[in-house]
Amino acid sequence: MGDSLTNTAGHFFVTGDPLIIASDVAIVLVSLGIVFTLTYFKKWKWLWREWLTTVDHKKIAIMYLISAILMLFRGGVDALLMRTQLALPNLGLLSAEHYDQIFTTHGTIMILFMAMPFIFAMFNAVVPLQIGARDVAFPYLNAISFWLFFFGALLFNISFVIGGSPDGGWTSYPPLTELQFDPGVGENYYLLGLSISGIGTIATGINFLATIIKMRAPGMTLMKMPLFTWAVLGTCIIILFVFPVLSVALALLLIDRLFGAHFFTMMYGGNPMQFVNLFWIWGHPEVYIAVLPAFGIYSEVVATFSQKKIFGYKSMVASIMAISIIGNLTWVHHFFTMGAGPAVNTFFSISTMAVAIPTGVKVFNWLMTMYRGRITLSLPMLWALAFIPAFAVAGATGVWLAEAPTDYQYHNTYFMVAHFHQALIGGVVFGMLAGMYYWWPKMFGFKLKEKFGKWAFWFFNIGFYVCFTPQYILGLMGMQRRMYTYTADMHWTALNFVSTIGAYLMGIGFLCIAAQIIHSLVHMEKDLTGDPWGGRTLEWSLPSPAPHYNFAVIPQISDRDEWWERKRRGEQDALKPRPEDIRDIHMPKNSGVPFLMGVCFFIAGFGFTFGWIAVGAAGLVGVLLCLAHRSLDQHPDHDIPADEIRRTEAALGRL
Amino acid sequence: MAVRMEEVLSRRTGDPSSTDHPGHRLELSTEDGVTKIFGFWMFLVSDVLLFASLFATYVVIYTHTANGPSASELFGHDVSGFLAETLALLTSSFTCGLATWEMHQGRAGRLKFWMIITLLLGLTFLGLEITEFRDFVSQGATLQTSAFLSGFYTLVGTHGAHVTLGILWMSLILYQLVRFGLNAVTARKFYIVGLYWHFLDIVWVLIFTVVYLTGVM
Repeated sequence: MGDSLTNTAGHFFVTGDPLIIASDVAIVLVSLGIVFTLTYFKKWKWLWREWLTTVDHKKIAIMYLISAILMLFRGGVDALLMRTQLALPNLGLLSAEHYDQIFTTHGTIMILFMAMPFIFAMFNAVVPLQIGARDVAFPYLNAISFWLFFFGALLFNISFVIGGSPDGGWTSYPPLTELQFDPGVGENYYLLGLSISGIGTIATGINFLATIIKMRAPGMTLMKMPLFTWAVLGTCIIILFVFPVLSVALALLLIDRLFGAHFFTMMYGGNPMQFVNLFWIWGHPEVYIAVLPAFGIYSEVVATFSQKKIFGYKSMVASIMAISIIGNLTWVHHFFTMGAGPAVNTFFSISTMAVAIPTGVKVFNWLMTMYRGRITLSLPMLWALAFIPAFAVAGATGVWLAEAPTDYQYHNTYFMVAHFHQALIGGVVFGMLAGMYYWWPKMFGFKLKEKFGKWAFWFFNIGFYVCFTPQYILGLMGMQRRMYTYTADMHWTALNFVSTIGAYLMGIGFLCIAAQIIHSLVHMEKDLTGDPWGGRTLEWSLPSPAPHYNFAVIPQISDRDEWWERKRRGEQDALKPRPEDIRDIHMPKNSGVPFLMGVCFFIAGFGFTFGWIAVGAAGLVGVLLCLAHRSLDQHPDHDIPADEIRRTEAALGRL
Repeated sequence: MAVRMEEVLSRRTGDPSSTDHPGHRLELSTEDGVTKIFGFWMFLVSDVLLFASLFATYVVIYTHTANGPSASELFGHDVSGFLAETLALLTSSFTCGLATWEMHQGRAGRLKFWMIITLLLGLTFLGLEITEFRDFVSQGATLQTSAFLSGFYTLVGTHGAHVTLGILWMSLILYQLVRFGLNAVTARKFYIVGLYWHFLDIVWVLIFTVVYLTGVM
């Protein structure tokens, strides 16, 4: 009995690897530290009331941002472990199995648990303020989205201490990921973690679509919307069309693994390529889901820091919409080597290259906006500027990869690895950092100081090219992705070593960002203007951070750059509320149920991961009870009295 | 039963001047109702994509019968089962439509009556489907037999799970109609569950065509 318990525990908790034991110790210590701090400062009630139960889009944005930065750290550590292992030939830091787990978690975390929450942080922080709304269309659903993301990410992340990490690559191709070849729970963690957070993502897509279509301030016609909001609209349309396809792909593979079905197995008529198709029908548009919001951020940042209105607004809008349509028609370029035939491959070659056209239009528009503008080289603008050459290289190598015949050469080599890192880091991460610096004062009420920020910028940028440029060459020399080591006679050593140096420079860049945030918190200078950059759009007309209800009185919009035009005409005060216009405001109540629903999903996911069907089913019943509770709630809203709003506005100096 | 999509689309809710718009219909009489109905349409888009992926997978693998029964062997010998399922579900969509019509006339009693009929027909459909599945399994045609059967049970079963959820959901709305009466909120809730119900009916028409009719041929 005792022995069998130890055995079970030995399978349940991952033991033996010193790296993982160190992580275990670190996790326990950090958790204890958090519990101690919260108890010591009596902050549990504050945590529950102000954060865990909030339905306020501004607070949800902050929670997304913190999660994204933490996940950037975890994914970054994975990356550094891999680059250290590859720095020299025949290193033994990581075993082959461990290396497989790390490239799987690195890819999955960076795309789904870093990039996605980062863009949702920006959606939540900006869109309602930019369109003159008091919250998103469905604030309660917004909280559910966050908690599903959070508990999905948590489920995925605990895999490496309980049960073992997934090791089938972030693309998780069957038949390798079928039970026959990949026993154990790691792959189940991947499938369930992604499924749970995926439901949250679909809900976010619906929510922001409804917000943008239905909640704009009067006068803000579609063609007067700020470009970031347009980009979010395009993104949400893509989310709505492709995330259900991912859900199906994951669910079918899970049914294969848990219930012995034969969708993607090698026997009984299964077809593994169907998974690959479904996965990339989501997977390629996912790139545009991540990069369109970044494009939106560049449009805002470039216009603000060039002090010019954006060049070619209408063509920008047309490009966003074109990308969100053409982006859905390119997925086969991820597996030209499947051998679908020349006609199919040609179609997808051409559609892939066609995406470069609207993207090029946007790049030229940003350049033309800067042309003869009064440029300020602040941090958001620096990252926006760095994006342009990085993305140009990524785009150029992307066109090489888009040509089906040459792709047979590059397929699954480091050339492709370098290409997509250049696109996703240069496009998305640079954009999100630009957005973070740009809207940080709006979210938190103070600017991040430039000191460490400049260091971060240069370390990260130089490291970025030092890391990935050698990888293009390595790919052309034949180095395949996902190799856990190589021999000296391949002559790959020097380039790999240089690449590893670059990765560490990027790591230092990340630490500088962390130092910058801490430094700015310690030496905080509150921004009392609400408009520290000379902004152009509506969010800058509000105090920072905006009051709970955002707008005491919903403004009337007449221009594209409403706030800029008002300032130019000296009419800033017209956007301030007049006491007699202030009415009671109807707002949603906070609720703990979205959090509980996340917990229930977590229990369900954990149960199914281990094949404990009863536990899984109990979790799902909990989810249904949460839904029923919401349906039966007769008073989900409350009114903020006009007097209280007048007092708040007066305290902000706006009356 | 024209669905008032254009009405939903044409009305904006962030606009304070539109607060006092008298809605043509009870469920559209508040901004909240209009936004939620619009949001539900967007949800239906995502559900369409979910079923589209399942249909696509089914079409790819439905001839992959391994050594198990083929579609024509399974569905061909007795068409009465799925025909009865189809009749039950199509009729329930009609009665759901009647319920909506009665709601628009403001007749809460008849609304509840037609909802109960709809629920009973939905339960009939579910019962028939479960019997059908049990019958197939007893013939040795299980989820594990072949890719075709994996696809069949998952596609048809996902629809069945949607119907089950729909029954639970509509029962909950029925309870609220009894408890709180017909008002803008309960009207909106019934309208939305009605949209869901009609959507499941449309999916079934496709299942009937793609799975059963194609299979029998």
